Amino acid sequence: MSRKTKAGEFKAYKKRSFAQEVWRNYKKSPSAMLGLILIVLIIIVAITAQIVYDYNTDIVQQNIKQRFLSPGTPGHLLGTDNYGRDVLTRILYGAKYSLAVGLVAVAISCLLGSTLGLIAGYYGGVVENIILRFCEVFMGIPSVLLGVAIMSAFGQSLAVLMLAVGLVYVPMFARTARAAVLPVREEEYIEAARVSGVSDFKIIFQHVLPNALSPIIVQVTMGVANGILSASFLSFLGLGVPVPAPEWGAMLSSGREYIRDYGYLTTYPGIAIMITVLAFNLMGDGLRDALDPKLKQ
Amino acid sequence: MNEPVKNDAPVLNIENLNVKFVTEDGVVRAVNGLDLQVGKGKALGLVGETGAGKTTTALSILRLVPDPPGVVDCEKLELNGKDIMGMSTHELEQIRGKEVSMIFQDPMTALNPVFTVGDQIAESIHLHENVSMVEAQKKAVEMLELVGIPGDRAGEYPHQFSGGMKQRVVISIALACHPQLLIADEPTTALDVTIQAQVLDLMKELRTKYDTSLIMITHDLGIVAEICDEVAVMYAGNVVEKGTLEDVFNHTLHPYTEGLFNSLPNINDRKAMLKPIPGLMPDPTDLPEGCPFYPRCQYADEACKKPQQKKYVSDTHYIRCCAYDREGFHIERKEKT
Repeated sequence: MSRKTKAGEFKAYKKRSFAQEVWRNYKKSPSAMLGLILIVLIIIVAITAQIVYDYNTDIVQQNIKQRFLSPGTPGHLLGTDNYGRDVLTRILYGAKYSLAVGLVAVAISCLLGSTLGLIAGYYGGVVENIILRFCEVFMGIPSVLLGVAIMSAFGQSLAVLMLAVGLVYVPMFARTARAAVLPVREEEYIEAARVSGVSDFKIIFQHVLPNALSPIIVQVTMGVANGILSASFLSFLGLGVPVPAPEWGAMLSSGREYIRDYGYLTTYPGIAIMITVLAFNLMGDGLRDALDPKLKQ
Repeated sequence: MNEPVKNDAPVLNIENLNVKFVTEDGVVRAVNGLDLQVGKGKALGLVGETGAGKTTTALSILRLVPDPPGVVDCEKLELNGKDIMGMSTHELEQIRGKEVSMIFQDPMTALNPVFTVGDQIAESIHLHENVSMVEAQKKAVEMLELVGIPGDRAGEYPHQFSGGMKQRVVISIALACHPQLLIADEPTTALDVTIQAQVLDLMKELRTKYDTSLIMITHDLGIVAEICDEVAVMYAGNVVEKGTLEDVFNHTLHPYTEGLFNSLPNINDRKAMLKPIPGLMPDPTDLPEGCPFYPRCQYADEACKKPQQKKYVSDTHYIRCCAYDREGFHIERKEKT
């Protein structure tokens, strides 16, 4: 065997990294790119709004003289609400609540739920039974009720809202992950990894997880969308981010009283929620296709 | 009864291996009292029909029989003189891939689709040789070249390879840490004939190079003749005939082995009908007490219903068949010289 390469000279062989591969596939889909662009825009908006606007003067300060200005009024593109606050400003500023709740909540439920699901799916037997029965009990409780219960137990704040929404989705992630693991567990390359002396921990997270990732990724993006909806819903019920913060759900809730005469108070926050949720769903679909190794060209 | 000639420190020594699967429908007795020794640098062919317990035996050596439902019970299971039965999970992980490794039947599914082949070879090296990942990757490229794949393809994914190349990759993973024992579980079954020959040649070559012992699990007697020094014929979880290649192929003794040979087409008489063995392997949940083959055996008599003992006909050759206790018994297949 020729051993021309010396230890120092060898460079790791050329390969496209996993992320590069995914990106190459991802950018082929226009709808996925639209979703991504929207999400980037929303994130930029959320960040700039924090810099441009001042919470006390621009967002929550009441201005009774300028109540219910209709959309299109100079200086108030989307009109003003019942306290005379600019709707557009509040929506732009409120993006941060939705994004933060959606992302953090999903991070919580994904980490917790997927780990449980991976362990349940890989080991099977008693472990699986305990985890799944626990999840079923959790799923038996209506998610809104569970959210309400957590909110009322730990008090009303942004952090608790994230935790509440996150915990609600743990069982869904656990079940998705477990279902994704089951076929992978039986694959010969997992057996082969075991034959090579790879430890269970490494097999679960290095060999099983990447192969079971697609459904989890889709669940994540759908989960962000669902998380935003749930957060809005809890805020709508008055249990989310405390007033007068411009959370979109809370804005919907306060606009509800005026829905007959000033419908735009509910329409625009609703559209904001819709666009955000749509963007995450589009990205989820695109990612699922891009991540599927079987579709790789 | 003769005593076997003990090989000097066999690489693998199995004595009285029993594997059963406890299911709701009953106890499946997959392996029953199997003894097996593989000497250093030797190749043992493990042949038998589907369900004879070949793969289960192989997995027992690695202690990878799924538990539950599997229950492994063994008097002695030694690899290089080390007791495998008493090992902790961690010790087993160190042995797997390092001292004993395995090649699977279907190369299409034996490689992880999300990793490059280079990384998959490197993983085993990285785990067992105590080297950095870059060093391991470098060795992986060398291994790839050794099995005849250009090293610059190490960065490609398994789906970019053909079946034969994938099996080469699998072989290079198995041999990456130069194990003393290689178990090949029907390594060529999923490949077409021309590729089979290439893969077998490659295995032969590498085996000689690294002085690796081999257990070749197959039901293709041609492969056994090609590659093995010794043959063990398995039936219903036990070895019914074992001997050197010469013993088993040319001085066949056991009626089941005879049946296997009769089931092969004869190149000298191409119009002859094949003579398959009538019937099926007995239900492993309900094995007969005596010789498991007697319901299908044309030579069976009452004595076959009693448990069979090993019977050595020479130092290397033994059978489990009591028919030879009868005066002047011989099977129909003629001895070749």
